[in-house]
Amino acid sequence: MSGTQTTYNDKVVRQFTVMTVIWGIVGMLVGVIIAAQLVWPELNFGPWLHFGRLRPLHTNAVIFAFGGCALFATSYWCVQRTCHTRLWGGPLVPFTFWGWQLVILLAAVSLPLGFTTGKEYAELEWPIDILITLVWVSYGLVFFGTIAKRTVSHIYVANWFFGSMIIAVALLHLVNSAAVPVSLTRSFSVYSGVQDAMVQWWYGHNAVGFFLTAGFLGMMYYFVPKQAGRPVYSYRLSVVHFWALIFTYMWAGPHHLHYTALPDWTQSVGMLFSLILLAPSWGGMINGIMTLSGAWHKLRDDPILKFLITSLSFYGMSTFEGPMMSIKTVNALSHYTDWTVGHVHSGALGWVAMVSIGSMYYLLPRLFGKTEMYSTKLVTTHFWIATIGTVLYIASMWIAGVMQGLMWRAVNADGTLAYSFVESVKGSYPFWAIRWLGGVLFLTGMLIMAYNMFKTMAGGKTQDMPVVAPAGHHA
Amino acid sequence: MSDFVSDFWNLYVIVIVLASILACAVLLIVQGKATFTPGKTMGHVWDETLEEYNNPMPKWWSWLFVITVVFALVYLALYPGLGNFKGMLGWTSAGQHTAEVAKMDAAVKPLYDKYMAMDLKAVAGDKQAMEMGKRLYLTYCMQCHGADARGAKGFPNLTDADWQWGGAPEQIVETISAGRMGVMPPHAQLGGETIKDLANYVRSLSGLPHDSVRAGKGQVAFNEAGCVGCHGVDGTGMQALGAPNLTDKVWLYGSSEATITETITNGRQNKMPAWKEFLGDAKVHLLAAYVTSLSAK
Repeated sequence: MSGTQTTYNDKVVRQFTVMTVIWGIVGMLVGVIIAAQLVWPELNFGPWLHFGRLRPLHTNAVIFAFGGCALFATSYWCVQRTCHTRLWGGPLVPFTFWGWQLVILLAAVSLPLGFTTGKEYAELEWPIDILITLVWVSYGLVFFGTIAKRTVSHIYVANWFFGSMIIAVALLHLVNSAAVPVSLTRSFSVYSGVQDAMVQWWYGHNAVGFFLTAGFLGMMYYFVPKQAGRPVYSYRLSVVHFWALIFTYMWAGPHHLHYTALPDWTQSVGMLFSLILLAPSWGGMINGIMTLSGAWHKLRDDPILKFLITSLSFYGMSTFEGPMMSIKTVNALSHYTDWTVGHVHSGALGWVAMVSIGSMYYLLPRLFGKTEMYSTKLVTTHFWIATIGTVLYIASMWIAGVMQGLMWRAVNADGTLAYSFVESVKGSYPFWAIRWLGGVLFLTGMLIMAYNMFKTMAGGKTQDMPVVAPAGHHA
Repeated sequence: MSDFVSDFWNLYVIVIVLASILACAVLLIVQGKATFTPGKTMGHVWDETLEEYNNPMPKWWSWLFVITVVFALVYLALYPGLGNFKGMLGWTSAGQHTAEVAKMDAAVKPLYDKYMAMDLKAVAGDKQAMEMGKRLYLTYCMQCHGADARGAKGFPNLTDADWQWGGAPEQIVETISAGRMGVMPPHAQLGGETIKDLANYVRSLSGLPHDSVRAGKGQVAFNEAGCVGCHGVDGTGMQALGAPNLTDKVWLYGSSEATITETITNGRQNKMPAWKEFLGDAKVHLLAAYVTSLSAK
């Protein structure tokens, strides 16, 4: 017993880290396929591989399989080391890994078969939802159990973000997935009409705000200062932006429903809190980037820092763009266009994926008893390919989105529409082809990463590391 | 109408929205008053190297935060947001829509009035009017009748000279304005053999290959089963009822024996929606002229 209590539980981190890369490749491959289907519609094969069924598979795979595994891996690594204790929870720990993998497999089977609740980012049917709940509650128990038995009095800032993410996602999942089952594979939401839409987008935007933002900020707060070898820029900034962020995100959902049946007052409140979100979001970016002040030269030849700092730049950019797009008059142009898709991917590729990739490159050698990745050069190559891919993706969607918005609203002197819908589709083709190319580049980077990962793993030792005594004990 | 079932929820929304926005300001002000020691850490160390500086928050960032909070409060005074309070500008999204539609309607009215005053045949000969008609057609009609107006299965071809409900200008206006309901009742009760006879007879009427023995029996059935009621004794149909002429080469659903059998057995329901309320008389007038021009070519 004392033997396992004096080492960190790195087995589960190792499992989640490897699966992050694997699911990243799978999820992004499906993304590349559906991007190709938009350019070459003849690539839609049968009902199972149709765009309509593969698109939710793509979103679920990249958010919950790739992003989820990255969150599990980094939060488990971080919470043990910053609490100076082994993970609490015994069998609950492997259950979170195997349970989460089962959720992903069930999603990969049920979505192409056409089983869906029809709620974006919450498509999985009720039996899978129950499994998610069990895994997530176990995750919470493990995480907060470990916090409870920490051997330092202060809780490190990264853990605030991971913890808030776990609590908020549990709340969002339970409320939005409430449904009446009619069979094993079919259920109906307990909400209806505009209430259903409001609950869905309260969930949808907070899936972005907590799963894809708060959790990844936790990642940033551990790996950026570690890799830079510098203290976090401002403790007080982290306090203010943490509380402001988790508090205001909860309100932002209605901006997905501007100019709909949702009451005007609800739309206004959603828009205003989205605008207020700008400063709390930028607080995280500033704290991360300024952590590097005094050590900028490290950026020159450390590709892991390149990934981390570039991810923060994309985070800052998309959290400026988001509040702007929530303004009703801007939204009137951008809504339902590819601009939204571009915005999501500047967050998803530029921020979430890049900060995860940087963190994985930090973890991989340490998890497999090496001092560095098999090839640092390939990490640098991955960085540039991923950055170019992201820029191609975002830029093409901006142009396509603004073009679509302008074409849809253009009218002739007689008041008729200047363009039919299909003309805007036709005009979008070149940009959809560029987007597909951007996706191919990003996926190529992930394949390079997988090669580098397996080479690093080969012949590596997988011994658990001893728990480090808190700093005070050294004196 | 209030969005709330009781005034409690109105107050609840007002209080919680204002309190939440002000809470952001309070958080910023209280934390901004902490004692800062720039360049020095807070004195805590995690995982051997993780530390935090006790630097103040950047001033420009704090101001950015303040500006968004002030903007929110001003916006809530001007626009709806605080429960039932309408905002000082009286803006609503429905009102914005109505105003934009009214503005556009007023801008284009002279153009439509000009053609409304003209005879439909004359409008059909006017180049600019027909460009407008085409744009209207591509917006409202092509979903069913096709971009080339040649129709599809169950949706009439508008470029030929065949008319289900009549091709006179006032009849086309009537069709677009009030819509049409075409009903061919199901005749499954006649039995498979009789229906097959009827299908062969109907094919014989328009000179298509058929089994002449069955067609002979079908002719008897045609008279006895009530087909003549709508399609007429000679099968040339009746435009007042939308009953198609069976002796021509135009087939709304198809002329194969199998398709005709299906039509007789299960019947057909066809609906042209009524557009008068949505489009108004002036646009219907232009559309009718455009449709007329299509079959005149």
